[in-house]
This record gives sequence, structure tokens and C-alpha cells, in this order.
Amino acid sequence: HKEVVPPKEGEGIKINFITREGDKVSIMANEGDSIMDITQAHNVDLECACEGSLACSTCHVIVEPKYYEKLEEPSDEENDMLDLAFGLTETSRLGCQIVMRKDLDDITVTIPSATRNVQFKGDKVSIMANE
Amino acid sequence: YNKAFITTSNEKPFRLAVIGSGPAGFYTAYHMLRKYPNTLLDMYEALPIPFGLVRYGVAPDHPEVKNVQNKFDEVAQDSRFTFIGNVKYGQELNITDLSAHYDAIVFSYGASQDKTLGIKNEDSLIKNIFSARIFVGWYNGLPQYRDLKPDLSCTDTAVIIGHGNVALDVARILLMDIDELSKTDITEYALEILRKSRIRNVILIGRRGPLEISFTSKELREMMNLPNTRFHTDFELLKTEISTYSEYISRNRQLKRLMQILESADKNNNNNNNIIGEKSWTLKFLRSPIEFIMQRDQNVHSIKFNVNKLEGPIGKRIAIPTGIMEEIETGLVIKSLGYKSVPLNGVPFDEKRGIVPNKGGKVINLEGNEVPGLYVSGWLKTGAHGVIATTMNDAFETAEVIISDIQSNKSMLSPNTENKEDTENIKLGSKAILPILHNRGIRTVSYQDWKKIEEKEVEVGKQRHKPREKFGSVEENSSSNERHEQMQHE
Ligand SMILES: Cc1cc2nc3c(=O)[nH]c(=O)nc-3n(C[C@H](O)[C@H](O)[C@H](O)COP(=O)(O)OP(=O)(O)OC[C@H]3O[C@@H](n4cnc5c(N)ncnc54)[C@H](O)[C@@H]3O)c2cc1C
Ligand code: FES
Repeated sequence: HKEVVPPKEGEGIKINFITREGDKVSIMANEGDSIMDITQAHNVDLECACEGSLACSTCHVIVEPKYYEKLEEPSDEENDMLDLAFGLTETSRLGCQIVMRKDLDDITVTIPSATRNVQFKGDKVSIMANE
Repeated sequence: YNKAFITTSNEKPFRLAVIGSGPAGFYTAYHMLRKYPNTLLDMYEALPIPFGLVRYGVAPDHPEVKNVQNKFDEVAQDSRFTFIGNVKYGQELNITDLSAHYDAIVFSYGASQDKTLGIKNEDSLIKNIFSARIFVGWYNGLPQYRDLKPDLSCTDTAVIIGHGNVALDVARILLMDIDELSKTDITEYALEILRKSRIRNVILIGRRGPLEISFTSKELREMMNLPNTRFHTDFELLKTEISTYSEYISRNRQLKRLMQILESADKNNNNNNNIIGEKSWTLKFLRSPIEFIMQRDQNVHSIKFNVNKLEGPIGKRIAIPTGIMEEIETGLVIKSLGYKSVPLNGVPFDEKRGIVPNKGGKVINLEGNEVPGLYVSGWLKTGAHGVIATTMNDAFETAEVIISDIQSNKSMLSPNTENKEDTENIKLGSKAILPILHNRGIRTVSYQDWKKIEEKEVEVGKQRHKPREKFGSVEENSSSNERHEQMQHE
């Protein structure tokens, strides 16, 4: 992943993460940074096993619906990987494929957690990310 | 990453042994080290080299998948982590050894055996019939199968039994452009044989229908994009199935996308009727093999199949033989029926499900009671299915369960000794185990040893325009410090 430098005063784009533990973390990012770049640079716990080459689905995030609409449609290749994502939802995307732009300012993405939901795991297939 | 972590608290460290260095072992270790910093962790691996199926399973033309090794490398650099390769748990190391020197054990030794068909002549010595596990191990450099020497020049047709991703991996390797393949980390000896391969047609056979295929869309799409290769299937059957079960399909995202890929292949075929690929692959449905038939020269000649029909509710349909038989001629058979785990020393095992019985990774015995200090992760916990991402989530779950057991003071491993007072405070982990292993004549391989081997692999690979050239087996009698010199390569 690439080097992420802190944005200049007034030029940052705000992104909020709901972490695996359920905490909210807000970060000022640059235009052009992917969610993968941001999480790696700021130690937000999002696995990116294949390092952004669309070969793993571990970087799965859930985007708040209002912002999901603003994103371009996922490619076939991204969809192929989303097929395998853990706890898939209607607004799921791969973090390595979402790139920050001005109109995404204040976006919130949730990092689904396998372990947080262990106790609620009634139906294995539809493990829901935190609600 | 917390490289220089030092256990600062006065608390006793938690000594954890991990058996197996695939994704399950490494992701469990990773989660333990970051969520329970007071862990000291030793990973024992049967092979000299780590990473399990990431190195010996994942297809050579999928290098991106192997990027995960960088993460494992990071974990291995942690000062609280020790890798001990070339030690076969169950033969060279057992539970009594470990109980004396660890608080807990995570079993993550995967699934190292084949499921079988149980049909006529399956066990007879017909040549050129292999399990996919062995065939994949061969081209990926698994030490015990380097001398397999499959004959790929005696025939133009291969049959693969099975409709999963491993079956597609094998099909792709057999059909792929050899120049493309030679840029991957496929072993040089396999490349030699593949260069002389005459195989043009690969037929993948499944017991049930199109709705029961178990491969994923990425791998199917790759097959459709193979250059110079036509795709055949029973498009009539496909259409009927899709229209009959449209409601069911629409509720299943992955299935829906798979069906779209198969359907559009039909359109592409019709549009390009004059471009006849030199090679082909075929998905054949509703066939159960019942016998392998041998040629006079001991090579496989054909497979006899029962033609099936499907019965039962959709989602749970089963294949019922119609009594109609069919024979398909082929000179190479790869059985891709799946992997299965084996029970090892001191581990309860559920023979029926082929896993270590567990609750979220906590090992339970066959009566359903928790076994103190024993945990399980990966394919050994869930059965042999799912991708690395699945294995990762599942490994995190196991680690969380261990941590919560530590925090609730559940009892862990106790040494098998009368005098508990004496041994209570001196769990030494690998510091105590390594001398025992060396006394038994076992030459262990450290992570530093592996990194030296890897350096050489990359060096030799460079000369061949490959990411690496995988080295083979360790000489039985080599001394451990010059081990990496003695790793043979072709
Ligand atoms: C052919 C193939 C291709 C695949 N391709 C992909 C892919 O492209 N993408 C993807 O996401 N997933 C892929 N997978 C799935 C992925 O490999 C598994 O999800 C994952 O490897 C399971 O991890 P594991 O640690 O449970 O098992 P393994 O990876 O099998 O690791 C088990 C380890 O334990 C060791 N071991 C065995 N016995 C002993 C013993 N007695 N003592 C000590 N150690 C022992 C083994 O040597 C091995 O290193 C593929 C699987 C196969 C079979
Ligand atoms: S990091 Fe692997 S798909 Fe995004």
C-alpha cells in the first residue's frame, strides 16, 4: 500500500470508521487515498490479505447507504470477491476499491467483525454486522 | 507492528503451542499476539517450510493470493513468536511433551488426506489416476510428490472428477498457455512435463447439476477467459434448470452470478461460431463414476459412469442413478473430491464429520465436555472448505475464545506429573521442547533458516524469470545450520 501523508489544512476528507470493537474513529484523509491505504496508515484494524489485488475479500466494509449511492458500481471482479465476503450486506464494498473524493466527506464505514457477533450467531449464513 | 514487544507485566506469560503453519495457525497467532500481549507462542510445522496451502495449494497463476505471506512474515518477526519447522506432531512430538511446557495448544494442522470415491479399481495400480491434492502438490513443489511424473503426453483428454475450485485450478493449469505459466512460481520439473503435454480437452464431471456447482465466480470467469479455449456444456439442461428454479436462484447472490456467467458463455459461443478454439473444456453434469478401466499398458483407458437424475427439495437435491451407463475415454484422471483431516495424538476426533469436535474453537470431547487447554482452528475445525478469508475469520474466533477462557480463569494444560508444585511455574515452551526434539534426532528448521532458503529461491527464480523456484525436500541427515544449502532444487 502507498504512503499516506496527512492532508493540508482545510483539504482533508473526513472518514469515520466503526471498528471491529464497535468504536468510532474519525480520520482526515486525502483525495485519492483508498480505504485500505487509510486503515493501514492509521492502524485501523482492517485486514487486506491480498494487498489490494482483488483476490481475498478480507478488506470488506459496510458503507452507510447515503454514501453507498454515491460510489460507482463495483466491477465484476469486485463482485466476484464480495460473493465470498463474510456477513455481506446490501451496501458492502471492498475497502481496497473505495477511493476518497471530495463528495465522500464525512462517510462512515463499518468494519464487520467475526468475533463480536459470535454470541448472536444463530444462523451461520446471515451474520449481521453491528447494528 | 509491535516488533519489540517485551512482556512488561509481572504476570506469567501465556505459553501457547500452535500445530501447523497454514493460514489458520498464522491468523490465530496474529490475533493472540495483538489481543493478548502476554502471549509467548511457538509454531510447530511438519514441513521444513511454513504457510501450508498458501504455498502448496494456491495455484501458481494466483500470486496475488499469496501476498498474505507478507502478513505471516510480519507475525513471524515478532519477538514473542518462534517457528519450528520439520517436526511432525503425532510422530515426533506428542501431547505429553507439550502439556509439560505449554498452557494451551491450538491444533491447526489442516486436512492432509483425500476423500475417495470407493469404486471399482480405485485402489488398483492403474497409471495416470491421481487425486487433485497430490497433483496440485506435485506442480506446487510439495516435497513428497516431486517425483510423481504424471504422463501428460499419452493422451489429448483429461477427466477431472469434481466441480469445485480445486478442479478448476487443475483444469486451468492443464489448459493454460505454457509461456504464461512459466512466469509463475510453478516448479521447473512440472513445467518440463507440462511443456510436452498433449492435453487439449479437459472434462469436469459432477454428480449433480449446474445449481450444485461449488466453484466461485472468479475462478469460473477465469476459465471463460482462457485464450483459444472453447467451453462446452449441456446448455439445454442449464436453461431448464435456470428457468425452473429462477426464484431460488434469485435469492442466492453467488449462484445467480455463476448462472449469469454460464449463460453468457452460451451466447459467446453462438456469436463466435467460426472461431474454433484449439483447446476445450467441458462441464458435464449428472454423472457418478462407478469404475476405472485399464488399458493393456496399465494406463487408464476410460471411466464408466452412472447417469443420474436429481431428487429432493432444491438446495438439498441428491443424485439418484438412473441405471443408464456411459463410458468416457481418457488418458488422465484427476479426482478432485475434497480434502479430509486425520486424528492425531491426544486430539478428540469426530470421524463422521472429519473434524476435531469443538465449540467456536474450544476442543470438546465426544461426550461434549470441554478439554482444558486444547483449541482448534482452520480446516481441522470447520472441515476442508472455504477460502483464506473464511479461515482468517474463523481463526480470530478461536483466538477470542482462548482469550476469554484465560480471562475467566478456565483451567488450561497441566503437566502429567505427580509433583505439581515443582513444575507449576516453569513452563518453558520451545526452550524445553527443542532439546527434546534434537535428542530424538530431529533437525528443526527456524524461521531464519527459512528466510535464507527463500532468498535462494528468489535468486534462482530470477534467473528463470519467475518470482521464485521452490526448493524440495531436506536431506534427512543434513545438519541444521547448513540445511538451506542442502535443499535440493531441479
Ligand atoms: C488446491 C487449493 C487451492 C486453494 N486456492 C485458494 C485461493 O486461491 N484463495 C483462497 O482464498 N483460498 C484458497 N484455498 C483455500 C485455503 O488454502 C484454505 O482456506 C487454508 O489454507 C486453510 O488453512 P489451514 O491452516 O486450516 O490449513 P493448511 O493451509 O493446510 O495448513 C495446515 C498446516 O499444517 C501442517 N501440518 C499437517 N500435519 C502436521 C503435523 N502432523 N504436525 C505439524 N504440522 C502439520 C501442514 O504441513 C500445513 O502447513 C485453496 C485450497 C486448496 C486445497
Ligand atoms: S485487500 Fe484483498 S480484495 Fe481488497
